[in-house]
Amino acid sequence: MICDFRPIQNSAFKIQNLFFEKAELQFSNILNQKKNFKFKNMVPSKVNYHRPSNIGEALELMSKFGDECKILAGGHSLIPVMKLRLADPENLIDIAGIADMKKISDNEKSITIGACATHADIARNEAIQKHAPMVAKAAGMIGDVQVRNFGTIGGSIAHADPAADWPAVLLAADANITIKNAGGSRTVDIDQFFKGLFMTAVEEGEILASISIPKTEFNANSTYVKMPQPASRFALVGCAVAVGGGMARVAFNGVCSTPFRDTNVEKAVVGGSSAADAATSVADGMDVMSDHFASAKYRKSMAAVYAKRALGEVM
Amino acid sequence: MTFIGKSIKRVEDKRFITGQGKYTDDIVLPQMTYARFVRSPHAHAEIRSVDISNAEKMPGVVKIFTGADVAEINGVPCGWQVDFINGETMKEPKHPLLVKDKAMHAGDAVAMVIAETYGQAKDAAEMIIVDYNPLPAVTDAKAAMEEGAPQVHPDVPGNLAFDWELGNAKDEVDAAIENAHHVTTLEFINNRVVPNAIEPRSAIGHFDTSNDKYTLYTSTQNPHLVRLLLCAFVLGIPEHKVRVVGPDVGGGFGSKIFHYTEEAMVIWGSNQIKRPIKWTAERSESFLTDAHGRDHRTKAQMAFDKDGKVLALKAHTYANMGAYLSTFAPAVPTYLHGTLLQGLYTTPLIHVHVNAVFTNTNAVDAYRGAGRPEATYLLERLMDTAALEMNMDPAELRFKNFIPKFNGVEEPGYQTQVALQYDSGDYHPVLKRALEMVGYENFRAEQKAALDSGKLLGIGFSTYIEACGIAPSAVVGALGARAGLFESAQVRVQPTGKVSVYSGSHSHGQGHETTFAQIVADRFGIPLEDVDIVHGDSDAVAFGMGTYGSRSLAVGGSAIVKSIDKVIEKGTKIAAHLLEASEEDLEFAEGKWTVKGTDKSVSFGDVSLTSYVPHNYPEGLEPGLDFSSFYDPANFTYPFGAHVAIVEVEKETGKTTLKRFIAVDDVGNVINPMIVDGQIHGGLAQGIGQALCEGTIYDDSGQLVNGSYMDYVMPRADDLPQFEIDRTVTPCPHNPLGVKGAGEAGCIGSTPAVVNAVMDALSPYGIYDVQMPITSEKIWNILNDDSGETEE
Repeated sequence: MICDFRPIQNSAFKIQNLFFEKAELQFSNILNQKKNFKFKNMVPSKVNYHRPSNIGEALELMSKFGDECKILAGGHSLIPVMKLRLADPENLIDIAGIADMKKISDNEKSITIGACATHADIARNEAIQKHAPMVAKAAGMIGDVQVRNFGTIGGSIAHADPAADWPAVLLAADANITIKNAGGSRTVDIDQFFKGLFMTAVEEGEILASISIPKTEFNANSTYVKMPQPASRFALVGCAVAVGGGMARVAFNGVCSTPFRDTNVEKAVVGGSSAADAATSVADGMDVMSDHFASAKYRKSMAAVYAKRALGEVM
Repeated sequence: MTFIGKSIKRVEDKRFITGQGKYTDDIVLPQMTYARFVRSPHAHAEIRSVDISNAEKMPGVVKIFTGADVAEINGVPCGWQVDFINGETMKEPKHPLLVKDKAMHAGDAVAMVIAETYGQAKDAAEMIIVDYNPLPAVTDAKAAMEEGAPQVHPDVPGNLAFDWELGNAKDEVDAAIENAHHVTTLEFINNRVVPNAIEPRSAIGHFDTSNDKYTLYTSTQNPHLVRLLLCAFVLGIPEHKVRVVGPDVGGGFGSKIFHYTEEAMVIWGSNQIKRPIKWTAERSESFLTDAHGRDHRTKAQMAFDKDGKVLALKAHTYANMGAYLSTFAPAVPTYLHGTLLQGLYTTPLIHVHVNAVFTNTNAVDAYRGAGRPEATYLLERLMDTAALEMNMDPAELRFKNFIPKFNGVEEPGYQTQVALQYDSGDYHPVLKRALEMVGYENFRAEQKAALDSGKLLGIGFSTYIEACGIAPSAVVGALGARAGLFESAQVRVQPTGKVSVYSGSHSHGQGHETTFAQIVADRFGIPLEDVDIVHGDSDAVAFGMGTYGSRSLAVGGSAIVKSIDKVIEKGTKIAAHLLEASEEDLEFAEGKWTVKGTDKSVSFGDVSLTSYVPHNYPEGLEPGLDFSSFYDPANFTYPFGAHVAIVEVEKETGKTTLKRFIAVDDVGNVINPMIVDGQIHGGLAQGIGQALCEGTIYDDSGQLVNGSYMDYVMPRADDLPQFEIDRTVTPCPHNPLGVKGAGEAGCIGSTPAVVNAVMDALSPYGIYDVQMPITSEKIWNILNDDSGETEE
């Protein structure tokens, strides 16, 4: 959370003899040409780089390295902390090249988004735009064009930054998360996924494989709004709402250290309250974050304002 | 053929936008090593020991230097001396190349690790064990002067670097304030900002053992001054054995004027290890060590008579110097701030008092505008606040107080109460034009209608003056500058009539290669592509004072004109010989000398070729067509303008949206309007950024809390409206181009206009003085305040 994004390709990966002077070659092309080499001359500590071609290979590498490895996808969370040497994994397992993990498939009852689908892929997917507009909308609000072209949904939610945009959206969407491990795979309900600040249900040796968004009435009538933190444009307050079929799901990120659904607000909406009335109780009794961008008092008030706005769009 | 006043596309942009710019970090020398500095994580700490034994054994390490190794070397000097009011010399504690016993701010360099690769240097740097004893730190200038505050330098009691005053007798000013009809008083903080040049600082030191010559490549605005300070003050090495090259420079905003310790370390170190050393700052280092801007705490009072005429102004400022005096730091709150407090107004009595204070923070120095934005903020916040308090129209209040028009030729310059004499000025038209562009007649009705429908609209004004092209040298010397402030230029006409110009100015984004070429092509009547501008290399350029203070065109451009005139004068002699006519009968226009009233002529190229192939040549005349000049201006130049901001404040969130921004500037004559527009736009963005989002946050222990782009808020394109800009032209009477300078105007005028607009929007709730940056939460607190007290 402490870094600038854009110089990452140029400076974090100044790989000796590859692009020493000017990073004009495409990053991923270079990486495709050379597997398993040592990084040299770069800002982070030395790291062994691996680029498996399928998820099975990735899981094998993970079991081989144990806790001495990190999964790399879009790199927008991990690389900044590596540049600052707040993380210095021995091994990086780059799953961004695994074709299966990038797919977005439009199924009968749900849309499955591969963990390595980029934010840009999601923003422009027509099925998502139709069946879960808040998902497409949120994807288009993340970072800037470069970030959206490189950053992945799986990487973002596995990192579980409480101010990221995805958590509230996936909570409101009643998403299911598929996690793969050496033994097979398991599915976790989104309500059980976020465990705390930077903590999720993904265990050591596991890879977050895909996210499934059900095609429901509430997802078809959904939106996401955010008050951006002015420097990073992460969410100071982000609110996702999905209302339909007698259901309401209202979720927040940026407000507390863990993204959450506000069931009081949901009940009020289902019970027929107006958007404004339903929003008054947002985050009541919760431990709201405070930092130099927003005090807890202001943040809580803004959560209510943005909830009202979001509900206003769908009610 | 004329190139003056034409928006010619910048010739340098081809290389910049195709990624072919060559910056310091792009330079790779054979046998080059890489440096990483170990920096204090504490704002104030005794250094008990530095253990490099493990680090030295790390792979690739070439050499490690610590404070003990450079203890005998001079520190980097301050380039401007300001004396205490009582006549004592300012306190100028040594700014060592590496600190040995005590770290004075977070980021202070403790050791330099040199290795074969940057990664190795960084790995080894992590192995150095520094035993720190953290001490209490002070980051606020006012707090640093209080009894019992932590002492930054043991030999500077009370942390006072110097105090300074200027203007009329204090008693007289006090009496006028005492007896005035109305007095507006404000206490405010001019927030500290980080310059944020897109190219981080970078330096390569190279000692050539074959000829004992040093070369310093550095991302600087000021190559010759860096060389002078490095040679004469820091290392005591012969100046003719040092070449300083400032290649393409990706922005500076002031922060690259100064001579930094890292430059001296790579040069000194390169002789120690007999290999080149490169250092490039990481962004975090830029935040911690690029000299910051602003950071004034000011109390100011403005006294009015019942008609709104300003009677007196009194100001006191605590100016935060940081831990050391950076190159021009003492000039900023004094001669670039106090001297500007006349503004555009006829205020008859002015007194300003400044305390310049050391704190445990990074050094503060000139940042786009340097002192003048602080002066403008002071004056213009007082003006709009006074208008609200006295229930007068803020535009009308200014018209009442403007200095009457004077052109500096028939009418003399305007002598201020605070030492300066303005060169030329005509202030009513800029504000009139701005009001026209705003549609001010209708605005108040729109504002009222908006309020009735629940919207808070506000308008804010700022009418500013600034002082550019600081000169002449004798005057700035008397004010404490330890350097002259002239400029040099060599115009070399090649045999084929192509022209190379060697300028002591240095572009770090301003477009010198275009603007200067326009002047040369215009005067010689030759195509623009026949002119090449060389700058930034002390081996190529005779001398130079670099680029800052909006001085390049007014001073550097004028030096070029002087050399052009010499070329034409000599060319006329040669042409007269070739045409067998007398010099008086010739006229030079459109690239040729013509015998008046005939079609007999000789071209610029023929004359230049003749000068280098002098077979048929005037007797006694030297061959060649190559002239150097030094230009020392007669005075500063004084651009001015009127800025108007219109904002909407959202009640629910407190969010301020800048709806419109109107800027009417008078920068004198304009050579390239597109470049001037670009300068104004950039300046506005920075000035608006300071008002609405930028600003450092230090915690109690002296840590910079928002030292990254994840936390430090820069203005972005989508925060800004389409700027509406226009100009009036009041030529400078004392330089040959009639130009005044445009680089800082946008940044000087805009900040108070934005803040004033927000305060105007809030006026239905009362009269407020909210400190910058004006965040949504600060405004929301006012709008949601039920205690009846203001937030600040």
